[in-house]
Amino acid sequence: MFGELLKGLQTTLRYMFRPPVTVQYPDVKRPVRERFRGRHELKRFANGQERCIGCSLCSAACPADAILVVPAENNLEQPTSPGERYAATYEINMLRCIFCGYCEDACPTNAIVLEHQYELSFYDRQTSIYTKDMLLVPPDQGHGEIPPILTQLGDKRPSPPAQIDL
Amino acid sequence: MKAEGTMIKTEELQINIGPQHPSTHGVFRMLVTVDGETIVDLKPVFGYLHRNHEQIAEVNTYLQNMPYTDRLDYFNSMANNQAYAMAVEKLAEIEVPERAEYIRVIMVELTRILNHASALGFLINDMGAWQTPLAFGMREREKILDLFESTSGARLMCNYFRFGGVVRDLPPDFVPRLQSLLTGLPTFIDEFERMLRENEILRIRSEGIGVLPKEVAISYSVTGPVLRGSGIPYDIRKAEPYSIYDRFDFDVPIGTVGDVYDRFLVRIEEMRQSKRILEQALKQLPDAEGGHINPKARQNIRPPVGDAYTRIESPKGELGFYLVSDGGQTPYRYKVRAPSFINLTPLSDMCRGYKVADVVVILGSIDIVMGEVDR
Ligand code: SF4
Ligand code: SF4
Repeated sequence: MFGELLKGLQTTLRYMFRPPVTVQYPDVKRPVRERFRGRHELKRFANGQERCIGCSLCSAACPADAILVVPAENNLEQPTSPGERYAATYEINMLRCIFCGYCEDACPTNAIVLEHQYELSFYDRQTSIYTKDMLLVPPDQGHGEIPPILTQLGDKRPSPPAQIDL
Repeated sequence: MKAEGTMIKTEELQINIGPQHPSTHGVFRMLVTVDGETIVDLKPVFGYLHRNHEQIAEVNTYLQNMPYTDRLDYFNSMANNQAYAMAVEKLAEIEVPERAEYIRVIMVELTRILNHASALGFLINDMGAWQTPLAFGMREREKILDLFESTSGARLMCNYFRFGGVVRDLPPDFVPRLQSLLTGLPTFIDEFERMLRENEILRIRSEGIGVLPKEVAISYSVTGPVLRGSGIPYDIRKAEPYSIYDRFDFDVPIGTVGDVYDRFLVRIEEMRQSKRILEQALKQLPDAEGGHINPKARQNIRPPVGDAYTRIESPKGELGFYLVSDGGQTPYRYKVRAPSFINLTPLSDMCRGYKVADVVVILGSIDIVMGEVDR
């Protein structure tokens, strides 16, 4: 029995001098992989226009019924998006979302992209609904980058021109 | 009733183990009748995690069900994806390209390794080796989950399969990373086995405990490592090769007695066999550009009227999907044959006559996931 105890302790000792495989989570964060599906972002074109044209295809593809899109007609002098319509309301209920990525696959203009943020927590159900202001990348931060993987996927659907003339 | 060998009069007592108990692997209740410490009868009570999975699936379109299957057995989302994708492909007669088949096999065999590594960790946790062996299993599992994350975009809920293939091709660094993982795997399996196989406590707690004889196992239609632990070499990958499993050379490990220890050994050996399959698959993997999905396969399908049943050897046993189509966008009927659920049915036969402390170990050796049992 003593022999076995010593054998066990040998393993313990050996592991004591190896670097740990764990990370101290809130202080150290493991970077996620490129394809990671986290919190959504609504992207813009290089000229600041919104990519989303309010077509509701994402909402139709969503298996969890998490997306609400209410489209409105574009003001022709100052269009919010290239196209006839834009999303006046765009809401994602993060408690319903299962991060499947179908919205991103369905979107004809690559407007919605699942990005890398994964720390989503709420105190109540109301705050779990992410509105358009929260999802849209701010114009002063340029246009949001489209991950290359999405443009790769685009062989099924041609990726949209950078700007559509009205 | 008199306890054996004494004249002390004891009375039968009914107790609940669970539903909120760390050893029941989820919300699962066992109504146990004990005489002293000996189990006289056991009644499994489940349904606490019922999510109406099958009914929801009849409302969703075929593609929308794919992420839902991830959540059946949340340890093995890739295996669930494959079983479901195969059922739809059979129903709609969609062909899968060669490379996609190889990618699928690689993913499912990785799933098998991670499932067994963590299942054994949890089993030993139940035996009282608190957390350390589990951490070993989890360390290995984490490496595989990292591969999954870089391939599919999620660690657990992969949602990686599509009808006619997989959604994205393997990332460029996948093959070298998998190779280095495979190089380190035998060290892990050997160390895991060496530390535990000869361990006195583990053997006392598992040898001769929870014996499931061959005939009983067959009559309950148990599958997977539990059946093979009872000594029946039945593996769907061999018995009815699906996908491309007929191209690989691997063995089906079996036990002799059918006790907890046999199931433990079968799982360890299965990890080695999965490694063998992975090595062969990596060697044969064709690098066809864009061969990860059949370009003709539509995702938003309306399969012709008919029905289809497909089954795969998931890490836990026979996982089957039965689909009936009425020609519409949503399945008319969707049924899951969940291995965890069916493997759980002989639990009372396996526990009768053993001690209360053994119940937890026997349950752990079946390796259930409540998400699949209750659906
Ligand atoms: S990721 Fe999936 S569940 Fe979430 S909003 Fe998009 S489609 Fe819906
Ligand atoms: S995000 Fe894309 S799919 Fe959704 S409404 Fe906007 S343009 Fe349409």
